[in-house]
Amino acid sequence: MTAVEEVPLSAAGNPIGFGSMRRVEDARFVRGQGNYVDDVNLPGMLHSAILRSPHAHARIVSIDAAAAEALPGVVAVITGKILEGIPRPSLLGDNFAWMPTLSYDTQAVLATDKVRFQGQEVAYVIAESRYIAKDALELIDVEYEILEPVMDAKRALDAGAPIIRDDKGQTDNSITDVHGNKTWESGNAESTAAAIAAAKADPNCVVVTQEIMYPRVHPAPMETCGSVSYLDKVTGQLTMYTTTQAPHAHRTVYAMVAGLPEQKIRIISPDIGGGFGNKVPVYPGYVLSVIGTIVTGKPVKWIEDRGENLVSTGFARDYHMTASIAATKEGKILAVDVDVLADHGAFNGVAQPTNYPAGFFNIFSGSYDYADAHCKVTPVYTNKAPGGVAYACSFRITEAAYVIERVVDCLAQELQMDPAELRLKNLLRPEQFPYLSPTGWEYDSGEYEKTMRVAMEMAGYDELRREQAEKRAKGEYMGIGISFFTEGVGAGPRRDMDILGLGMADGIELRVHPTGKAQLRLSVQSQGQGHETTFAQIVAHELGIPPEDIEVLHGDTDNTPFGLGTYGSRSTPVSGAAASVVARKVRDRARIVAAAALECAPDDLDWELGRWYVKGDRERGKTIAEIALLSHSSLELPEGVEGHLDATAVYNPPSLTYPYGCYICVVDVDPGTGQVKVRRFIAVDDCGTRINPMIVEGQVHGGLADGVGMALMELIAFDSDGNNLGGSFMDYLLPTAVECPDWELGETVTPSPHHPIGAKGVGESATVGSPAAVVNAVIDALSPFGVRHADMPLTPANVWRAIQGNAMRVDMAIE
Amino acid sequence: MEVTITVNGTPVTSEIEPRKLLVHFVREDAGLRGTHWGCDTSNCGTCVLWVDGSPVKSCTMLAAQADGHEVTTVEGLEQGGVLDPIQQGFIECHGLQCGFCTPGMMMTGRWLLDNNPNPSEAEIRDCISGQICRCTGYKNIVASIQWAAEHPATSEVTA
Ligand code: FES
Ligand code: FES
Repeated sequence: MTAVEEVPLSAAGNPIGFGSMRRVEDARFVRGQGNYVDDVNLPGMLHSAILRSPHAHARIVSIDAAAAEALPGVVAVITGKILEGIPRPSLLGDNFAWMPTLSYDTQAVLATDKVRFQGQEVAYVIAESRYIAKDALELIDVEYEILEPVMDAKRALDAGAPIIRDDKGQTDNSITDVHGNKTWESGNAESTAAAIAAAKADPNCVVVTQEIMYPRVHPAPMETCGSVSYLDKVTGQLTMYTTTQAPHAHRTVYAMVAGLPEQKIRIISPDIGGGFGNKVPVYPGYVLSVIGTIVTGKPVKWIEDRGENLVSTGFARDYHMTASIAATKEGKILAVDVDVLADHGAFNGVAQPTNYPAGFFNIFSGSYDYADAHCKVTPVYTNKAPGGVAYACSFRITEAAYVIERVVDCLAQELQMDPAELRLKNLLRPEQFPYLSPTGWEYDSGEYEKTMRVAMEMAGYDELRREQAEKRAKGEYMGIGISFFTEGVGAGPRRDMDILGLGMADGIELRVHPTGKAQLRLSVQSQGQGHETTFAQIVAHELGIPPEDIEVLHGDTDNTPFGLGTYGSRSTPVSGAAASVVARKVRDRARIVAAAALECAPDDLDWELGRWYVKGDRERGKTIAEIALLSHSSLELPEGVEGHLDATAVYNPPSLTYPYGCYICVVDVDPGTGQVKVRRFIAVDDCGTRINPMIVEGQVHGGLADGVGMALMELIAFDSDGNNLGGSFMDYLLPTAVECPDWELGETVTPSPHHPIGAKGVGESATVGSPAAVVNAVIDALSPFGVRHADMPLTPANVWRAIQGNAMRVDMAIE
Repeated sequence: MEVTITVNGTPVTSEIEPRKLLVHFVREDAGLRGTHWGCDTSNCGTCVLWVDGSPVKSCTMLAAQADGHEVTTVEGLEQGGVLDPIQQGFIECHGLQCGFCTPGMMMTGRWLLDNNPNPSEAEIRDCISGQICRCTGYKNIVASIQWAAEHPATSEVTA
């Protein structure tokens, strides 16, 4: 911990404010008493399973479900044809076979005309047990007419390519956003092109162009997606226990999809076994469980298999990028231009602010001081699962941070300059903040060089370079990789950020009970971030009452105010700010009540932690607990002042917050086998104020493992027939304890000037920042072989091929 | 078929299909939902419990195979209202976030310490390498197991 003044401890030994403390939620989890969706069992509950397409692109000729329906224990078999026959009184089309995505596209709930990716939902079985439901899937006979699939994004726009979205009357595989655009540009195209052309013509400058792919990966939380839905036909109440990171947004979408009145829908998102963006979208499976309860009148549980999770739910990335960087030969960066082909799969299901169809990718100009930047993103449909914004990506900042950090290393190699030196020459300087980036982002605060120096110091950077030189002389290949990233998180200001028209402000409610104990009701939903602990600490910090006296409620739309949910590292920047604001409202009300009790004016009172007292007379004062009781008493309050100490707030962030960090990775590569061993990983994060440093570090650890996984092993690739080659944990490899090093963490603290407590958010920093550090380290190790770039994942096979001068295309099977 | 499996010391008798997985028996028939399920291919380890004192991926075993055997689950770790040191270690060292992998990790960790009271970091990492955690990056899981090794008889209940 740094720079936080001495925080008093409660009787239970917890900080009354910020500092590491044990998590409240652990008591249930270590006892096996968590309550995840699959742990929910309602009386009379039925089970269900989804039949999925084996083909990537095929016309459905017929579906014969008679044998399945005849299986004892099967209650109903639902097909797309049946859904087409259920009229829907809503704005979103007239039947249930299609639903809206979070990007104003449509997605089939159950396929009616065609299947458009392998694993697409084709039929839905409801049965008395999950074993019977699965048995019934085997008995459904679907006749397909196989169509040529579009698996290579680079060929999706070719003349004559098969049309995927003929349902929408498309004549090609382009994607049009809600504003009518087929490409999404940012920055200044002319000035960037001119700067690059000038650099090309100038013998004192260089331009490096590199194709860089961020392949398709999957968040793969340990708990798969699922839901238990129950529509009470008498009351009309729909209760849905579901794995969602955004319970309130989901409620609104179900109201739209099902045409049910929103006041009758209750979404309960109990304990969630990891999300990472995978549990933001509304999936057909969730909708089917709702349809299941409508059809059967009973509660219906749907829990996805791991294979279903990997092949059908929100993937991440799939960005084919070409980056050009111009610089002087002294290493001053002049301009960066990035052209992107974005593979969105068969339905445009990205979950991101409407005005940002490529997410926040245009923050790619990074942490460096230069004037000209431009990007163009062209999205396409392919016969792959929908998604794209997920896996702790901060709305595509993972792709942005990766491309800039990779191309800066390519530049360093071209200039034969140390990559640390090159970065230090170009990092933004403290006096430039708030800094307006060439693509229009206003970075709030940063001391970049300081953070980078801390990381280099921790790593022993110069010593590592000496060791590398010695090893190279002996034919051993050690690599050192650096990544310096800047994120923009905490979406977002309502003036230009919404999802499906819902502005991204968060509501919150604080109730201080008469005995001075409090309940805080959050709109955001924890998937492991420890909100029950950290949000109590924020209120403790503001009101001076012990965190153990504050109960945090979340994950139930009937008991919490509206908000957009937990993703994009937005909980602390948005709802954390809301918690601070609502507690300050209570503190202000408490001042009025205390003044009435002490028979003075509110202005005559001063605040010290937990207590208002009369200026100049510390003895005369009232604690929050005393004031809480007084606020419920017969004490006469000034005209217009309501009693009680309860308050609500809606926080509309004025801007984003900009966490950043410097990561250094050290690897050893065996040139004979291509095996990469991550020896050390140093991560210095600056996320502003740290509410609970223990939890912050835990968030960083998890993201670093993601980075090692993506850089070295995780991949969803396809063969040209459309088969998903990453459909199980045998094929989709995740890092275990033996692939992860003992993370070495450091910190600097540069508070956000516009956030009430200066916190910036950290949930995705490490996932965003770490892949480039690992890849840069591996390429650095391989540079004696003349390798400048190879795409993730750097599996032994891919590293070996890179050494042979033949790095492979990772997203397609070699045939 | 009828099976009787002793779960955390209590015999549970149930009429089951022969194909029923042990993980489903424990969750449904014994009603203990601390043992989780996370994959189709025996890779994730969220389902780890003990059969006759040794860790087993309970998605890999049929309930019928456990007939007449002793199963211990995460719910069996706490004794007489006192947390096992492994549970306390996970709390002290922030060894869990979403908690989904945690029961399996603790069952493996407890077994390791029963058989090797002072494991090295490498031994701990190796021992849990058949299990996946998506949240913690493993560092604090390792630290939690080390904490339990250093506090073999903690009775301090703080959670
Ligand atoms: S459920 Fe994944 S290993 Fe058992
Ligand atoms: S704590 Fe979430 S998977 Fe391990």
